[in-house]
Amino acid sequence: METIKDPVLRLKDVCISYTAGTMAVKHVSADIEKNSITAIMGPSGCGKSTLLRAINRMHELYKNIRVTGEILLGGENVLQMEPMEERRKIGMVFQRPNPFPTMNIYDNVLAGYLLNGIRLSKSQKDDIVERHLRGVALWDEVKDSLTKRGTFLSGGQQQRLCIARALALQPDVLLMDEPTSALDPIATKHIESLMDNLKKEVTILIVTHNMGQAMRISDRSMFMFLGELVEYDKTNVLFEHPRDERTRSYLTGKMG
Amino acid sequence: MQNSQPIKLRIFKSRLLFVSVCVCSAITAIPLLAILGEVLVKGWHQLGWSFLTEATPNAYKAMMAAAQGESLPGGIAGGIVGTFLMLLTASVAAIPTGILCGIFLSEYRGSWVATGISYLTDLLQGTPSIIIGIIVYIWVVVPTRGYSAFAGSVALFIMMLPLIIRSTEETMNVLPATLKEAGLALGGSYWRVMLQVLLPSALGSIFTGILLAISRVVGETAPLMFTALGGAAISWNMAKPMAAVPLLIWEFFNDPNLQSLIWGASLFLLTFVLFLNLSAKRIAKKWKL
Repeated sequence: METIKDPVLRLKDVCISYTAGTMAVKHVSADIEKNSITAIMGPSGCGKSTLLRAINRMHELYKNIRVTGEILLGGENVLQMEPMEERRKIGMVFQRPNPFPTMNIYDNVLAGYLLNGIRLSKSQKDDIVERHLRGVALWDEVKDSLTKRGTFLSGGQQQRLCIARALALQPDVLLMDEPTSALDPIATKHIESLMDNLKKEVTILIVTHNMGQAMRISDRSMFMFLGELVEYDKTNVLFEHPRDERTRSYLTGKMG
Repeated sequence: MQNSQPIKLRIFKSRLLFVSVCVCSAITAIPLLAILGEVLVKGWHQLGWSFLTEATPNAYKAMMAAAQGESLPGGIAGGIVGTFLMLLTASVAAIPTGILCGIFLSEYRGSWVATGISYLTDLLQGTPSIIIGIIVYIWVVVPTRGYSAFAGSVALFIMMLPLIIRSTEETMNVLPATLKEAGLALGGSYWRVMLQVLLPSALGSIFTGILLAISRVVGETAPLMFTALGGAAISWNMAKPMAAVPLLIWEFFNDPNLQSLIWGASLFLLTFVLFLNLSAKRIAKKWKL
């Protein structure tokens, strides 16, 4: 595959192990293109979520997990940065929508600022909330109920609220860990259709076990198998002309 | 299916079980209702404004009133003030300590320190209250050379602590892990995520636990006998002996002239405990996530 010019995120020989001697992610190296959507596919247990979570250091919530190699964001190794500082630059959306249950919709969007202790004026707040709710096409649906709790929304709306919450801090990269796997097909479609717009602002890295989704939304795709990055290419190339036998059998449904 | 029992026998067995469940529930409910009824019948006519606002009469006044066939003057205001002050002092210390300790136990589940503390909490919860009274007597009353409301608060604090720790720990344990992850993923520091995301989400249940802890210790008598000692007057001085409603009940029981005040005081205490319990239930329901 061609080299990516000016990548926003570079993975260099990343290895992750939960227990000494066994690696969940093996020697992954890849450059992520700015303002694009990169999908990470693979069967369950292939290490795709583990890799994604290591990028914003969520793995540190578990004991004994070890990450080696380099993950460079704008030239700086995130594994050596202060986690709090790093996570502001790399947002994350989880599998299940998780708006903060005690906060209303308005405060949920601003939660990142609250948690970082950043004070904003009322007009700044209003502006951020409206802009990012519009960004996830939620504004028209909730603009009259901003003071309602986020948990009153439907699953799909909650997930869009979570995306808005992550984007409100204007991160460089947005990590999405199977963001639609808990949603119905209509809500899924809604979120997929947003993503094309979102990539103008942010680089998206999405883990999905849904090949169709990877094909529909991503510019580039990675295929991981047993912790190894088997193939990484432009999505249309990877789907139409997979070079590796394992990729081919995954894409044709013989493995998964 | 030759061996299956005839359908009539099965229906009979099922009904028998149903009836036994009903009978057992009734047996449980009868003493409870009988207690409530007895206290209510004997105590309600004493309850009144003066009963709640006046100090306990001394034996002379009580005897005079009895001799003239009047109802007893005075009330249990000293006990109410004492119970309130000691509970307040104990709560101010026990609530933050208990919540922080509960968070610690939930966060460091499995570590040996947490396991040890958790074990000690269970032990403390099972310690007979009279032993806590004696310990506080030795730790506080003896060094300070006198019974005091402060010592009583210490005893109540020790009794409340394990209850608050446990309820906090259990609440924090059932919070979805994704909440914490979401907070941390936004760049929040551990303590900010704790205080601004997790704790507010758990607050309803923790508050319920606090109310139940208060209702558990409000009627404690034994630990206060060795510490706050009791008294008849209305006292606001934490450094001096102080009355409490359960202590008054004990004093009334021991003084033949004051025995008719027992029931009013009992009714007050019972109503207060019931009120706390019902509030706790309502809050738990309303603040459920």
